[in-house]
Amino acid sequence: MKSRILGIKFFVIITIFVLSIRLFSIQIMDTDYQEIANRNVIEKTIEYPYRGLVFDRNGKLLLYNDPVFDLMITPKNVDLSDSLLIKKLLFITQREFDQAYLKAISFSRHLPSIFYKQLSNEKFAAFQDRMRDLEGFNINSRTTRGYAEIGLANILGYVGEVTQKQLNMDTTGYYKSGDNIGITGIEKTYERSIRGLRGVKYRNVDVQGINMGPFENGAYDTLPQPGENLVLTIDVVLQKYAERLMEGKIGSLVAIDPSSGEILALVSAPSYDPSLLSGRGFSQNFVTIQSDSLKPLFNRPLQAMYPPGSMFKTIQGLIALEQDKVQADEIITVNSKLIGDHAPLGKYDMERAITKSSNNYFFKIFRRVIQQGELPSPFIDTRMGYNKWRDYVLQFGFGKILDIDLPNERAGFVPSLEFYDKIYGKERWKFSNIYSLSIGQGELLVTPLQMANLGVILANRGYYFSPHLVRKVGDESLAFSQKSSIEIDTGHYESILEGMQALVSVPGSRAYIPDLVFCGKTSTVENPQGLDHSGFMGFAPRNNPKIAIAVYIENAGWGARAALSTASLVIEKYLNGSVKKKWLENYVLKGDFQDAKPE
Amino acid sequence: MRSQNRYHIDTLSVIYFLSLVMLGWINIYAADYDLDGTTPFFDLNQSSTRQLLWIGTSFFLIAVIFILDYRFYDSFGYVIWGVSVFFLLAVLFFGKEVAGSTSWFEIGFIKIQPSEFAKIATAIGLAKYLSSQNVGVSDKYKLGLSAFLFLIPMGLIIMQGDLGTAMVFASLILVLFREGLSAKLLFFSFYAVLLFLLTLLIDQWVLLFLVLALFLIGLGLFIKNRKALIFIFGLSVLSCGLIKSVDFVLNQVLKEHQQLRVMSLINPNADPLGIGWNVMQSKIAIGSGGFMGKGFLKGTQTKFDFVPAQTTDFIFCTVGEEQGWLGATLIMILFGAFFLRLLTIAERQKSRFVRIFGYSVVSIIFFHFAINIAMTIGLFPVIGIPLPFFSYGGSSLWTFTMLLFILLKLDSQRMEQLEH
Repeated sequence: MKSRILGIKFFVIITIFVLSIRLFSIQIMDTDYQEIANRNVIEKTIEYPYRGLVFDRNGKLLLYNDPVFDLMITPKNVDLSDSLLIKKLLFITQREFDQAYLKAISFSRHLPSIFYKQLSNEKFAAFQDRMRDLEGFNINSRTTRGYAEIGLANILGYVGEVTQKQLNMDTTGYYKSGDNIGITGIEKTYERSIRGLRGVKYRNVDVQGINMGPFENGAYDTLPQPGENLVLTIDVVLQKYAERLMEGKIGSLVAIDPSSGEILALVSAPSYDPSLLSGRGFSQNFVTIQSDSLKPLFNRPLQAMYPPGSMFKTIQGLIALEQDKVQADEIITVNSKLIGDHAPLGKYDMERAITKSSNNYFFKIFRRVIQQGELPSPFIDTRMGYNKWRDYVLQFGFGKILDIDLPNERAGFVPSLEFYDKIYGKERWKFSNIYSLSIGQGELLVTPLQMANLGVILANRGYYFSPHLVRKVGDESLAFSQKSSIEIDTGHYESILEGMQALVSVPGSRAYIPDLVFCGKTSTVENPQGLDHSGFMGFAPRNNPKIAIAVYIENAGWGARAALSTASLVIEKYLNGSVKKKWLENYVLKGDFQDAKPE
Repeated sequence: MRSQNRYHIDTLSVIYFLSLVMLGWINIYAADYDLDGTTPFFDLNQSSTRQLLWIGTSFFLIAVIFILDYRFYDSFGYVIWGVSVFFLLAVLFFGKEVAGSTSWFEIGFIKIQPSEFAKIATAIGLAKYLSSQNVGVSDKYKLGLSAFLFLIPMGLIIMQGDLGTAMVFASLILVLFREGLSAKLLFFSFYAVLLFLLTLLIDQWVLLFLVLALFLIGLGLFIKNRKALIFIFGLSVLSCGLIKSVDFVLNQVLKEHQQLRVMSLINPNADPLGIGWNVMQSKIAIGSGGFMGKGFLKGTQTKFDFVPAQTTDFIFCTVGEEQGWLGATLIMILFGAFFLRLLTIAERQKSRFVRIFGYSVVSIIFFHFAINIAMTIGLFPVIGIPLPFFSYGGSSLWTFTMLLFILLKLDSQRMEQLEH
């Protein structure tokens, strides 16, 4: 054991000896390191890539890059007697100069940092002439985003400087303070593809910071790689037209190609001009936009949640048919109003009930769906019936996000058993507590996007694709072919569609488009806070559908007016290329839906 | 019976400790110092100022250690070990991922790194097992079994992606050696694992050269022992075989992107350009120090932010650049004297528990010391472990302080310790 103890002590000593020898060799024997340290320190500079361009589905440019110039400062080399000239060129006060100068010093005296961000063209031109006289200053070019259209703000989003919080979250270590990052919209969702790859340059500099040429002849340098271009599914002509129609209103419009889930138009009103959030004015404009009481930053099609109202009757009909609780041609007589109703008393089959939007018809068939009559206790029976019904509703894409490629999508709300248990107590509630669901009111909440997706499902008679905004990233087409099917027999759709067609495709009616058979359902959504919301969901043409659409306009009253009129114009524009009904266009643009006489 | 001098702390060790902490702080101050003299004296943004807080809290920890009964560590040895393994497991599921490794708990603004605590707990657990079971020369099987006490935490820390810290635990093999481990199966398999990892980390020719160097050292040490010579020779041949075969698989069999994945798995902080930027800058800084160094606060390489992590893992650059070969060597001699003192303390114990714990403390601190310096001068790949008492950082300073002062506390009461 004694030898082992000695051995360990010997091991400690020999290690220190070896380390010391090694130090001796690099510190004393090898004089290269001294020379390298004196003459050849290596400086690393980052070269920023261009962000990818963004096009609409027809190849129209939407987003590009604008070069901007930053004035950089290396405090160590600055001659403060030049400060008068700087102040004159930049139109800044002594105080502003001092602030910027101190900020640069606190970063580093030896390394360049930004002194003045994004010089205007005039200031840049003035500087270029005088650059030679100004020691310690140089100009660095970067890009900001340029928006080709005023609009699409809720789709494109904007970029901004990366925050400290995001830097902490960035486990890949890609971002550095001062970098730009997509903050919302597709700028955020596709950030990784669109941002490109930074380049790095290594230069030899001496201790005074003077450039001695590229390190190892640039063997380790990399060029910046521009980000990948995106092709959107949006049709910018249609989008701009829809945005114009929605001007001055609060609400959403979503149009989707049913055969692929590609979103053709996605309007959130009111919106803002995205170019306000690009460049030097960002902070100031952002505050203005953010504090607007109408919340233009709120992306309504994805984030606003409303009750579906009468549009939901289409689903109620399908579920009752599938469960064999009603036949399409079965006559149900409404001879007294069990709940409030604008439809007249009389005899209804499914088609007429949809066209006339009979609340009492759907009240009755929803009761059959919920009260299965299989169990003696009405409470337990209701639970069972409700749960079956809820499973169907979830299949239609409600109560969950549809996974659109934009941030902050909301799921809406389809109450669970537990939700009602909490309100009424377990097994203490039955049909009489939840009947408002039959007409799409009550606790149900949906987003306009989910409603448009319902249009897709009806158009396809039973399936949809995840709605999305991007077709191609770089040269690669994105595959969104995952089909979600609803377990309802295709045959059940026909009577519903018949009723939807009879509602909107009648010659002489406001929404009528000659030579086009289309289907739709309106909602007048009860709004306890004020005037009712106007809603519409539909698709066209009935056979071989090309477009599914949903419109919500807040506080605009009857669904048959504001929402249906807007939707029919957008459908006409998309399918026919132009709108013939100028009077309807003017009616929508004027937006006085309340004053018009009810029909 | 009470001994007259109840707290007879080993004065020499405390002096070494204070000197190391003080020299460390001076170098952190220098590494952080702005050449233009605009460094404020007391500013919490400065590492040196914050290090003062960590030093202060270390003294608080020392007080707590001296208040706690010395029997605590022996009695709760397994519990302490178990708790630390539990936390190592938990951090895998609930930990926060930072730069590719999941080794932190974040509760509000407090960050806890269980692998630091595991260093102490493992030393205690190992000492407990080896002493209570009377494992030793007589029982080679149990001695081998005890390796699991540090192989388990080691494995868990590798799973966190913190290879550097995991390797620290391998140093406890030195303890088993002291307790009678014959350099057979356990040593051999451990050696193979270490060699395997090193092959992934560094150039095979450097490694082959190292094996040759170790072979020659062994030749010198055991010139009269034929058996040992045959063993060393066999081991060297096998090592070369292992290095070549791992290298073959890595470079010939695996595709390029697979290679990169293996590399980033092992060392997520590896230089993406592969030019050894960190080590190159570190060597330039140290190498430019010369014999006497550039003088306190006069280093240019560390000041201009050329050296990465200059207050933490690469603090030795500041020593090398400003104090030169002479200063660096004197500091290493100070470390050496400190280690020898701790070995003496370990050997004078009646209690096996304390002796084994003492050896564990030396092994852990010594491993950090040797690997950290070897790393800054390009003798070992960059695995990111701190230089004891020198590197900036609260958790590492606390760990080393606790290791040392638990030993000194136990030593101060060695007259009361029962012999196991």
